[in-house]
Amino acid sequence: MSISTMLTWTVVLAAFLLLIKPMGNYIAKVFTFQPTILDKPFTALENGIFRVIGVSRASNMTARQYGVALLATNLLFAVLGYAALRLQGALPFNPQHLGAVNPQLAFNTAASFATNTNWQAYSGENTMSYFSQFGVLSYLQFVTPATGGAAGIAFVRAMSGRKLGNFFVDLTLMCTRLLLPLAVIVTLILVGQGVPETLGGYLHAHTLAGQTQTIPRGPIASWESIEHLGQNGGGYTNANSANPLENPSALSNIVEILSMGLLPVGFFYAFGAMTGKRRLAWTLTSVAGGFFLIMLALTYFPEAAGNPIINSLGLATHGNMVGKELRFGMGGTSMFETSTMAFTTGSVASAHDSFLPLSSLSFFIGMFLNMVFGGKGVGLLNMLMFVIITIFLMGLMVGRTPEFLGKKIETKEVTLASIAFLLHPFLILVGTALAVYTPAGMQGVFNPGPHGLSEIIYGFASGAANNGSAFGGLGAALPFYEIAIGIVTIIGRYASIMAMLLIGQSLLAKKSLPETSGTMHTDTPLFGGILFGSIIVLNALTFFPIMALGPIAEQYLMLAHHLF
Amino acid sequence: MSLLRPVVGVTVLLWLLLGLAYPLAMVGVSQAVLPWQANGSPVYLHGRLIGSAHVGQNFKPNPLYFWGRPSATLSVSTGKPKPYNALASSPSNLGPTNAELIAHIKRRIAVLLKQTPGLRVNQIPADLVESSGSGLDPDISVQAALIQIPRVARNTHLSAQFLHRLVEASVLAPDWGMFGVARVNVLALNLRLYQALHG
Repeated sequence: MSISTMLTWTVVLAAFLLLIKPMGNYIAKVFTFQPTILDKPFTALENGIFRVIGVSRASNMTARQYGVALLATNLLFAVLGYAALRLQGALPFNPQHLGAVNPQLAFNTAASFATNTNWQAYSGENTMSYFSQFGVLSYLQFVTPATGGAAGIAFVRAMSGRKLGNFFVDLTLMCTRLLLPLAVIVTLILVGQGVPETLGGYLHAHTLAGQTQTIPRGPIASWESIEHLGQNGGGYTNANSANPLENPSALSNIVEILSMGLLPVGFFYAFGAMTGKRRLAWTLTSVAGGFFLIMLALTYFPEAAGNPIINSLGLATHGNMVGKELRFGMGGTSMFETSTMAFTTGSVASAHDSFLPLSSLSFFIGMFLNMVFGGKGVGLLNMLMFVIITIFLMGLMVGRTPEFLGKKIETKEVTLASIAFLLHPFLILVGTALAVYTPAGMQGVFNPGPHGLSEIIYGFASGAANNGSAFGGLGAALPFYEIAIGIVTIIGRYASIMAMLLIGQSLLAKKSLPETSGTMHTDTPLFGGILFGSIIVLNALTFFPIMALGPIAEQYLMLAHHLF
Repeated sequence: MSLLRPVVGVTVLLWLLLGLAYPLAMVGVSQAVLPWQANGSPVYLHGRLIGSAHVGQNFKPNPLYFWGRPSATLSVSTGKPKPYNALASSPSNLGPTNAELIAHIKRRIAVLLKQTPGLRVNQIPADLVESSGSGLDPDISVQAALIQIPRVARNTHLSAQFLHRLVEASVLAPDWGMFGVARVNVLALNLRLYQALHG
């Protein structure tokens, strides 16, 4: 391992460790309405918004009201997004004179950006006007992660014995207190590294070799910052963060990595701060962190060793550079890809389709688990879902009524958690089966052999986990995938949020039990270990068979130098 | 509870703040503080725009210049290969067991061996024969620049020692000396070469 790789990893991991506590405490303060340093610039603005929309900061909703408000607002986001893309030709800030986006693509894009998936069946640089980029899609990259964060906060309030809060207040604060201030800072750092931020049209260059080159520009930096801070992952251009216009240096690469991880890890600690269970927060952080390190190693080492078939050609170096950019180094690239899959961002700094089978296994783990910190709020919800299932399993084993944070876990909670857990593999496996079974689905496969199956699984896993990255070879622009993945995306997003809100509501209504000598503790290393093991067992039972047919089969064939 | 007012209200007000004020303010500040970067880091030669410092461009198969990494970008209108097409950034997406990938790499190795006097396979670094993630990678490894010297020397009639110094002068250190890798920006190197040839 090179020194550069070790330093890159050390700096990123140390930054996360140092930031998790202050970030978590800050989030907890904002959403329990305690004073923070940003009160001065933003309180008046927020009060103005609340006055116009007629809600008060301290009001509360039931889980049903919260859920309905969330769905209604998201529906409006999607409808307005769709309309604006269809009207692109008539709207301002369009120096390249791009016409309307076609109906199917506009639907897929609106659905995918409204659900914080940011699956893209188009290339931004030749499809979207500046207005569509900053006024429509970049806007959605603020409000949709804010939606997920709000749902997470409502659940945590319920777990801490507070009332759920008001969706509109949470949505607004998520934007004004977290996303906007951070986006301003990150945008300026990225511009300093060379990411364009302009309304001027594309550049037309006459190259030294006597050719012409048109270089896209636009308000890219202000997009790039919220793309990562919100774990959105929609690229301004087709190549996303592999494009030097979006990610020009090893430093910008690190800034984007930190941007995507800051809020998800902060939310884990905020959960501890708001419930008063800080040790539990560290336990959950360690479990998610353990999976993160496993993914990082699994991404890096196979790529650094290279493809044995190419290595047999006898080149000077061995690392797999297919689909990778040189400037980040192998350490920076592997850290970016691990982060984007762990935090379910879905931006990419290299071509996932060209990764070796074992490294792609790491990407699948990120999407299947969907709680290696995950998207802010939503990842925490998924982690707590596994906590509830694990507590239930432990209760079965020792023959005790399971409890969590002093509340009994009973039939209703376990049923809802099981639905939330099973929905994810259901969407991925049934979607994949449907694609493999139909000519329309098989038509989209780009790479032959087991790798082709991996492309399909990846597509549905990405939709269900609201990740949004792809094995780029898959024909994502085919009607079958636009529609099938669009539907998976919507169900995967809202059904699990709803289930968790209902669990929160149900726990809130229960009497708090005093702790006794018989209480199972959830904030110990022992529980962390059991949780870690349960997550592995539950997911291996679900996903191992399909992985054996995809990446694992490909790994053995690659070692045998088998080509397709 | 009426939802219409808060749903529409919050959507519109947050749009004014995040969809309009934020990007326009960021453009304004960036243009004022960091105008060169904010405008895409343009590179000029004798007042003529020749490219962006961060975006790679196609020098292959021109034998006078150093070549960048293979690029898998396509033409938007024809769908045919068009290397370093910045309007359609894209990787090849070829998987590790795809026969096409191995065929491409073998062909690129053969071209290098044919055009470079004295070059052996075990001197060629992977980045020079494997296509990049964006198709616009502006850089190559130092080794990838050094092994091209014999070809460039033969075609430009500049001495190998001089070209060696040119490459050394063009090496970019890792960011802050520790992040990323040492590399050569192909446009910057070729600009130096152009100036040596044309004054």
